[in-house]
Amino acid sequence: MEKLISEFSVGLFFWQLLLFVGLVFLLKKFAWKPILDAVEKRETGIKDALFAADNARKEMENLKADNERILNEARAEREAMLKDARDMKTKMINDAKDEAQAQATKIIEQAQAAIESEKKAAMEELKNQVAGLSIEIAEKVVRKELSSNDNQLQLVESMLGEATLN
Amino acid sequence: MQNVISLKTICLLFFFVTAFSFAKEEGHHEEGKDLKTEIKEYIDHHLLDSHDFSLFSYTNDAGEHKYVGFPLPVILFDNGLKVFSSSKLHHGESVAEVGGEYYKLYHGKIYKTDAEGTISYDEHHHATNVKPLDFSITKNVFTVFLVGLLMFFVFGRMAKTYKNGQMTKGIGRFLEPIIIYVRDEIAIPNIGKKHYKRYMSYLLTIFFFIWIINLLGLTPLGVNVTNNIAVTFALALITYLITTFSGNKNYWKHIFWMPGVPVPMKIILAPIELLGTFIKPFSLLIRLYANITAGHIVLMSIIGLMFIFKNWVGSTLSFGLAFVLSLLELLVAALQAYIFTMLSALYFGSAVEEHHDH
Repeated sequence: MEKLISEFSVGLFFWQLLLFVGLVFLLKKFAWKPILDAVEKRETGIKDALFAADNARKEMENLKADNERILNEARAEREAMLKDARDMKTKMINDAKDEAQAQATKIIEQAQAAIESEKKAAMEELKNQVAGLSIEIAEKVVRKELSSNDNQLQLVESMLGEATLN
Repeated sequence: MQNVISLKTICLLFFFVTAFSFAKEEGHHEEGKDLKTEIKEYIDHHLLDSHDFSLFSYTNDAGEHKYVGFPLPVILFDNGLKVFSSSKLHHGESVAEVGGEYYKLYHGKIYKTDAEGTISYDEHHHATNVKPLDFSITKNVFTVFLVGLLMFFVFGRMAKTYKNGQMTKGIGRFLEPIIIYVRDEIAIPNIGKKHYKRYMSYLLTIFFFIWIINLLGLTPLGVNVTNNIAVTFALALITYLITTFSGNKNYWKHIFWMPGVPVPMKIILAPIELLGTFIKPFSLLIRLYANITAGHIVLMSIIGLMFIFKNWVGSTLSFGLAFVLSLLELLVAALQAYIFTMLSALYFGSAVEEHHDH
């Protein structure tokens, strides 16, 4: 230790300190600052470029996904529209069928009712005419037949016989 | 491609380290001295700072010491500023006369002497002469300056290549990942995303500075800066000052009035925590200094063993060991830079940590 202190050279210490501090400042101005700045600039540039590329890639992916989605949506919409149309067609046909059926039934019913009433009226008329004719015939027959007593009796008897048969 | 080149460079470097070490040891042989003592002295000398930049020395046929290198300026504060070339000191072999004062180099230090260069000693064989205030541009100061210049040149140029485009070119391709590593693995996890930017300049500078200067210590140039305690002290002091001045309310509260413990414990903890703020950077300076010094001593001792063995088996083994150890030192050079930076970042992080409930 004593040897170390006795060997300590103040001159060398002074020069070393002076030269080194000078060197630090000189290098700072002329070397380290430009070098570190350039390196940093380059690194930021690379980082930015990578970031931008990554962004572009992501955007691309987004765009692709969007396209896919839109396409899918359109496909689904078309599908739905087609299904709707098909449904509507079936429904319209069914509706029309039902309507026609109902209409037909109604017309048939009306026709039947009309036929029935016509038939009734015709029957009535027929009955009336038959009754009138019968009376007329009966009148004529009676007039002729009733010219004699025997005939009258005979008639009554036959008529009675007929009536029971009926 | 860069990796292959640097690997080749490293291999070549180690070839030179070991080759030059041979040359050094052989050239320094002196008559009348024990080889072991000589090696020990050589290692001691190698670890010290010096006033001239000598790559190696040898003794010529005439018995003269020859040094290969160049002198550096000596700056002394002794009755006014005195500046002269270190060639005047002649590696401690003669007395330099400057402005009526006499100076002599002794064990790497400059002492004031009389005209004859007499040095008096105390009982521990320490020189008792007056030491003038020495602000010389020594070998280490010169190296620090050189490394600073190199870093400024390399990183300044690297910064310019960014202006043309987003990518760096050339050596920046190799350095940029290290800079990003310091930022992403050292600064951000320890300091946090919010504050780390303020400390980046210091962390990057200290990381590369320690690393480069450690590597330089492994080259045959024989410069050892980080094994000098004045250097590591200066670096740790900066870390300490930055930590202290960026400490927020939460940081000081944890030192002086630790939350979540009983009052008597708070009183006991306060001085311990306060001491801890000094011990933390102190451990930084000791760690770096001790690791690099130990590495150099062990490496040079093993290289020295080659000359002590002087036979094929022992010297070859020493050579192999020295080579492996050199590789290890290469790792230590980077590791110590990493640890210093990492721990500095950790201390900054604790200083700016936001309050959170315990």
